Amino acid sequence: MSLKLKALLKSPWVFHLSTGSCNNCDIETLDCLTPRFDIERFGMLLAGSIKHADVLLVTGSGNRMSVERLKALWEQVPKPCLVVAIGTCAASRGIFKDSYNCPQPLDQIIPVDVYIPGCPPKPEAIIAGVVKLIERVGGSQ
Amino acid sequence: MGRTIIPIGPYHPLQEEPELFTLTVEGETVVDIDVRIGYNHRGIEKLSEMKTFENSTFVVERICGICSTSHPFAYTRAVEDVFPMEVPIRAKYIRTIIAEGERIHSHLLWLGLAGHFLGYNTVYMWAWKLREEILDVMEILSGNRNNYAMFKPGGVRRDIKPEDIPICIRKIESILPTLDMLKKAVLDDPVLHARLKGVGVMTYQEAIDFSALGPTSRASGVARDVRKDSPYGAYQEMEWDMIVTSNGDVFDKAVVRILEMFESAKIMRFCLEHLPGGEIDANIKDVPPGEGIGHIEAPRGETFHYVKSDGTNRPVRHKVRAPTFMNLPTYKATVQGETISDATIILAAIDPCYCCTERIAVKDTGGRILYGGKDLIQLSREKTDRIKRRMGVR
Repeated sequence: MSLKLKALLKSPWVFHLSTGSCNNCDIETLDCLTPRFDIERFGMLLAGSIKHADVLLVTGSGNRMSVERLKALWEQVPKPCLVVAIGTCAASRGIFKDSYNCPQPLDQIIPVDVYIPGCPPKPEAIIAGVVKLIERVGGSQ
Repeated sequence: MGRTIIPIGPYHPLQEEPELFTLTVEGETVVDIDVRIGYNHRGIEKLSEMKTFENSTFVVERICGICSTSHPFAYTRAVEDVFPMEVPIRAKYIRTIIAEGERIHSHLLWLGLAGHFLGYNTVYMWAWKLREEILDVMEILSGNRNNYAMFKPGGVRRDIKPEDIPICIRKIESILPTLDMLKKAVLDDPVLHARLKGVGVMTYQEAIDFSALGPTSRASGVARDVRKDSPYGAYQEMEWDMIVTSNGDVFDKAVVRILEMFESAKIMRFCLEHLPGGEIDANIKDVPPGEGIGHIEAPRGETFHYVKSDGTNRPVRHKVRAPTFMNLPTYKATVQGETISDATIILAAIDPCYCCTERIAVKDTGGRILYGGKDLIQLSREKTDRIKRRMGVR
């Protein structure tokens, strides 16, 4: 495993990115930070700037305006960076598949490491997904 | 003095939704503000027209995660308005319970975020911890924390089990002391007084001029609430107070929301205790041709839905107006003249919800939908090509 990736898994800083979601997944992501779930005890911290991010938590089905910004932001993330698609919208566009303004699913725009299904996924599911990702990346090499 | 333009967004840690604020400042003072949205537009009205009346309920539920009761509520009322019909009384009570539960969790969410923006993270953590209790009640009643899927035209999809009612009442009662403590902590705090009083004032006249809705207008003394003015659900069955304050600053907006939570808890408790028996669904079969409107008081203000039916099983036209659409222009009245450091909380004070608002698409006179800069360039190039072809120029 590269030193960069190894260091990243110790205390992953997450950045939350909404590409046109209905707010639900975003709120459940924020919920993970609050006292009942409190992911900070695992060393995860919500980063204020994408340049500090180790893990991207992407929500939403992605529309024509936000997809352009998503591409620009993906250029700015320090690599290696892990991407988690939270919610059905980010995983497969879900109910918005037929919409005229949601042209592409997320994984055709940027590489996605983990999909967390649900509308919205519960905070437990989000935490389990991120932990699974860390275990897989850490254990595979 | 020279003017500087400060762009905030579209991706910034302030709010979880993408939106772009352009603040024009002179020194420290904000002199103008512009808001660009469109990062959340998903074409819900069009999607709704592709689905049957019953399936559209699930689409409108996903307009906004926080208002996932308000939109189906207004939509089902619009469909029920197409033909004269009466919803069973038990269904009305269940709808009211779900709507008020949503109001409590939405206001707590706002209170937490407002504390977060002020650098008061204790309020943020307290409010969100308290919110989990309400989400637990909602999970018991509907099976999900956020998207409840309780509504259908003509009634509700899921009944409340009698054995769940005492648990829910106990849970609601258990949050009241903590809510009271939170109220005192926020309303008696000298720092918050200094920070919020007299900041972002919207006068009564401005609230009328901008047609502000919900707690944003009630904080300015406009006594307007759909639940009182045009009662629906079970709201006329019980006594409850409309919270109106007169100062119109950010502090009063917080006061209105905090006191409304107590009223909501009261309404929820009454409905759970006096839940009448009977059917929960009117089993409507075909929607006749016609038009219907439905409006309800969402946590942020009046949500309005319009549905047109031609007798088939799909709506021909479905129009949504969310409260933030009306509240967003009040920034012009509240932010201008304030300092940049206060702009953050003023922008958050209307409890903006952009994913609700983005129902609009820009159209040119030919009816073509324009999406943004790139598409405009594309259209422009296509037009040049057309003209070139017509003129025979290669």
